[in-house]
Amino acid sequence: MWKILRDLLRYNWEFTAGVILLAGVTIVALLSFVSPYPPLDVYVVAPDLPPSMEHWLGTTSRGQDVFWQLSVAIRNTLAFGIVVALISRVIALAVGLFAGYAGGPVDRLLMSVNDTFIVVPIFPILVLFYFVMRDQMSWGLLALVAACLGWAYDARLIRSIALSLKTREFTAQSAFSGMNAGEIVTREHLPYVMPVVFTTTMNNMNWSIGLEVTLSVLGFTDVNTPTIGGMIYWANQHAALVSGIWWWIAAPVALVIAVFVALFLLAVSMNEYIDPRSRLARMGGG
Amino acid sequence: MRGYALYLFKRLFQFCLVVFIGINVTYLITHATPIDPVEQTITAATAFGTTSPEAIAMMRRSLQDLYGTGGSGFDQWLAFWRRIVVGDFGPSLSAFPTPVSTLIRRALPWTAGLMLVATLLSWGLGNLLGGLAGYYRRNRLLKFAGIVAMGVHPVPYYIVAFVLLIIFGYLWPVLPITGAYAQGLQPGFSLEFAGSVIRHSLLPTASLVLVGIGGWFMGMRSLVSNVVTEDYTVYAELAGVRRRRILGAYVMRNALAPQVTGLAMTLGAIFNGAIITEQVFGYPGLGSLLVAAVHAGDYSLVIGVTTVSILAVSFAVLLVDVLYPLLDPRVQAR
Repeated sequence: MWKILRDLLRYNWEFTAGVILLAGVTIVALLSFVSPYPPLDVYVVAPDLPPSMEHWLGTTSRGQDVFWQLSVAIRNTLAFGIVVALISRVIALAVGLFAGYAGGPVDRLLMSVNDTFIVVPIFPILVLFYFVMRDQMSWGLLALVAACLGWAYDARLIRSIALSLKTREFTAQSAFSGMNAGEIVTREHLPYVMPVVFTTTMNNMNWSIGLEVTLSVLGFTDVNTPTIGGMIYWANQHAALVSGIWWWIAAPVALVIAVFVALFLLAVSMNEYIDPRSRLARMGGG
Repeated sequence: MRGYALYLFKRLFQFCLVVFIGINVTYLITHATPIDPVEQTITAATAFGTTSPEAIAMMRRSLQDLYGTGGSGFDQWLAFWRRIVVGDFGPSLSAFPTPVSTLIRRALPWTAGLMLVATLLSWGLGNLLGGLAGYYRRNRLLKFAGIVAMGVHPVPYYIVAFVLLIIFGYLWPVLPITGAYAQGLQPGFSLEFAGSVIRHSLLPTASLVLVGIGGWFMGMRSLVSNVVTEDYTVYAELAGVRRRRILGAYVMRNALAPQVTGLAMTLGAIFNGAIITEQVFGYPGLGSLLVAAVHAGDYSLVIGVTTVSILAVSFAVLLVDVLYPLLDPRVQAR
């Protein structure tokens, strides 16, 4: 494990850059636990101050310190991404592994449903969901719905691996030695798809965070929970750009772009690590 | 020909399944609402005062069908589907008493046009540049293009559109940042109107292309670098076929097939992007209509836009799938 990490850090600049960026963002998120101001309170500091030594990233028109607000927001946004990724991983693994192992009509049926979820435009459906839920829309509910809509692409990827694993000899041997389908899939096949699951986790987090930001910016979520999208929403509500409070917008936009790029770089480098040929080429051995 | 018929049949079946599941998801969502949209809307509509009783009755009936109050569960489901199939969502609240279908028909061409141009541009450019980058691996310019594409690709549409808006709206105001054509211009087939439409579509299209191009670029680059090592490519090189011909007829042509399938799979995401981009740039398409409908509490319009979106995207996917055998003759042979 440590050796893999060391190799990645040494030979893969994408991985190194991703880790450094993500570490920086995580530190900002963790700082929220020692925040001097309660995150939900407004008018705790003087409004509209530009960045200074006292307020590193300035203050908002709602009288909040941008830096400390940002650290709570990025914590919530990251947590949202992680929760959605975890739930949708479970669905994607279940559908992908069983479709690949079962094959035949079960596979065809599951993949038809799967393709439907890939194609259907999710954004209007989520807007409709917010629209009928209104005040009952919460952070957790949105995570659950997003996870239920965002598993399909990865399930297809996992299925394609499971299809090839099924034809390997150890699968036949496990079946002959009396393991049932559930045991074979979870004990024999699961370890082989785990690397791909890690890569797709990064991509899925990117997707769900983007979704959350977009919905909150339009005001289609619970905007009172501080998130990155929520911060941009409130800044837009106060016409921050027009009145020249640019730091209120620039800080969350810059930080969330850092998150996207970091997760994407990690996904790319892990993807490459899974493929031994390109790993060798990178180390100069192939 | 039998192979093509079978392929077509499978695609049609998939199309029907997408529409069926998609519309049923919206059915489930609309019927899970804890508030009563029917009474709420009727109260809001009558509050305007001068409204004809027939229009109000029409609205009540359509809302009852769409949000299901009355009758058993199965009856509600049938009534909901009947409305969708006929395309009758009743009158809209925010533009009372204009029917929802009229509003959608007015907005749909803008969204469809924006999506079509943006998709063709990002798909075409991304594949061309990606193919070149995969074939001429040592070219510095193409390597740089790859790094830029990789950097912008993971950022969501909203952020890119927003950054473009800041740059061209506040820092360097050279392009119009809102609307589909200049105000006061009469829509029609005049040179001035066409020019205005193109100028106004530049920024929304640019944001969609910027985000979209990276995926195609990287996909094509890795596909091409695989095809380059295939025996037939090496053979063509040894036989002295011109480089440009190898790239066009041997390498790109073979690498393109999975990219077309990929196009069908990402159309839904591109549509999501178009909707958000429209909202940022005030483009009068489905996206702006949807957001305005939510803010106005217009229940019929929201459900109308959602279902039409699902139908339009699945139809576009079907279209790509039907055209696919033109590029990959193996489908017909099977």
